[in-house]
Amino acid sequence: MSNIPSELKYATSHEWVRNEGNGVVTIGITEHAQDLLGDMVFVELPDVGDAVSTGDDVAVAESVKAASDIYAPVSGEVIEVNEELEDSPELVNSDAFGGGWLFKLKIEDEGELDSLLDAEGYANSIDED
Amino acid sequence: MTNKTVLHAKHLEAGAKMVDFYGWDMPINYGSQIEEHHAVRTDAGMFDVSHMTIVDVKGADAQAFLRKLVINDVAKLDVAGKALYTGMCNHEGGVIDDLIVYFFTNTDYRLVVNSATRVKDLAWIAEQSAGFDVTVTERPEFAMIAVQGPQAKAKVATLLNAEQTAAVECMKPFFSAQAGDLFIATTGYTGENGYEIALPADQAADLWQQLLDAGVKPCGLGARDTLRLEAGMNLYGLDMDESVSPLAANMAWTISWEPEDRNFNGREVIAAQRAAGDQPKLVGLVLEEKGVLRTGLKVITAEGEGIITSGTFSPTLGHSIAMARVPRSVKLGDTVEVEMRKKLVKVQVIKPSFVRNGKKVF
Repeated sequence: MSNIPSELKYATSHEWVRNEGNGVVTIGITEHAQDLLGDMVFVELPDVGDAVSTGDDVAVAESVKAASDIYAPVSGEVIEVNEELEDSPELVNSDAFGGGWLFKLKIEDEGELDSLLDAEGYANSIDED
Repeated sequence: MTNKTVLHAKHLEAGAKMVDFYGWDMPINYGSQIEEHHAVRTDAGMFDVSHMTIVDVKGADAQAFLRKLVINDVAKLDVAGKALYTGMCNHEGGVIDDLIVYFFTNTDYRLVVNSATRVKDLAWIAEQSAGFDVTVTERPEFAMIAVQGPQAKAKVATLLNAEQTAAVECMKPFFSAQAGDLFIATTGYTGENGYEIALPADQAADLWQQLLDAGVKPCGLGARDTLRLEAGMNLYGLDMDESVSPLAANMAWTISWEPEDRNFNGREVIAAQRAAGDQPKLVGLVLEEKGVLRTGLKVITAEGEGIITSGTFSPTLGHSIAMARVPRSVKLGDTVEVEMRKKLVKVQVIKPSFVRNGKKVF
């Protein structure tokens, strides 16, 4: 069973969301997702300043195996992207919940976070896969 | 029912991620397939290839039979132990499988064919052997380990006894020798030096462990695929199959047209295709920008459309490479386009060979 930190929120499409406070969230993909995808070779990130809506395909994680769309789990404006992934996409594999983060959003409606899954809900959702 | 090789427990012990490979439960990686790839390019890695099918062909007509069965001419082989890469075609000139033939004497040969095609290969070989004085014997009692990389031979050498050391000393590429219980061949599927070693199944786990202890890294099917693609080696089922002529699969070099009276299976059809010059060809593609070329993507050229047969990210080169079947009039050096994730990207056409002995070759 892969690691699913309890302090994070999750989308069924395997993104995690960390609430940093002041309406800022950090987004990445879960350890389970990177395990399914295998070694990451390119990560395409959105541009800072992009406005994204829940469910938009905003990034692409391309592994040796497949290219996989990454969806915005909440709506907001992209305020930072993880530039280290340009040279070290493998951070998504080795540190999915830490150094492998993808982008940060300034969210419009913090209430949207409540509609995401908690760790237990996400664990159940991947058991059903 | 899933087949397991005799090394299955060793894979689990090493933390392998297992996948179904045509009915075999095989390691796809032991953590990172890219690290495994680099181990083979820079040091030494090993693969369990025990799922592959070993078939011995013996008898008074063994040479005559194989001269009909495969498109290369085994009569060219005159040094004991020599290996030959070739294809086996049907009467319509399509590739049933690609294989390696090891020559011992004119009445004694060994074939190594793919596992995914095992059943149809054995049926075809049995059917085609009718009327020839040969015995065809599958050898499932052997396991096989491929040890590949610039340090592979040196690491294997630390495990050999005096008799085995003598047997492999000065062995050129594409040769084989029986050394005690080990059948050691200087063949492989990576573009690096190394050995493929067949041995009695009950000794395989011990050899695997000794190789591990000697610092050889276990590598899965994931790395095997990126290594073979960088080396420009075909994968049956992707780069060719029964509907594809060897001329359209970069296998023309494995056909022996001389002597003209050698009537190998498919000769008439393939000779007509060759005369007409109407077959597409298999080329290499290089994408230097971001993105990964994948099997099945459409290739757009001024000469017509083609298709990517195998594509991957090349860990050695740091960008994507592919093999593609395109119209024959497409030239090496041309720039063509691939339709990828709803956009067109430009790729360069080269010979289908990208990396050999750790170095870029284009």
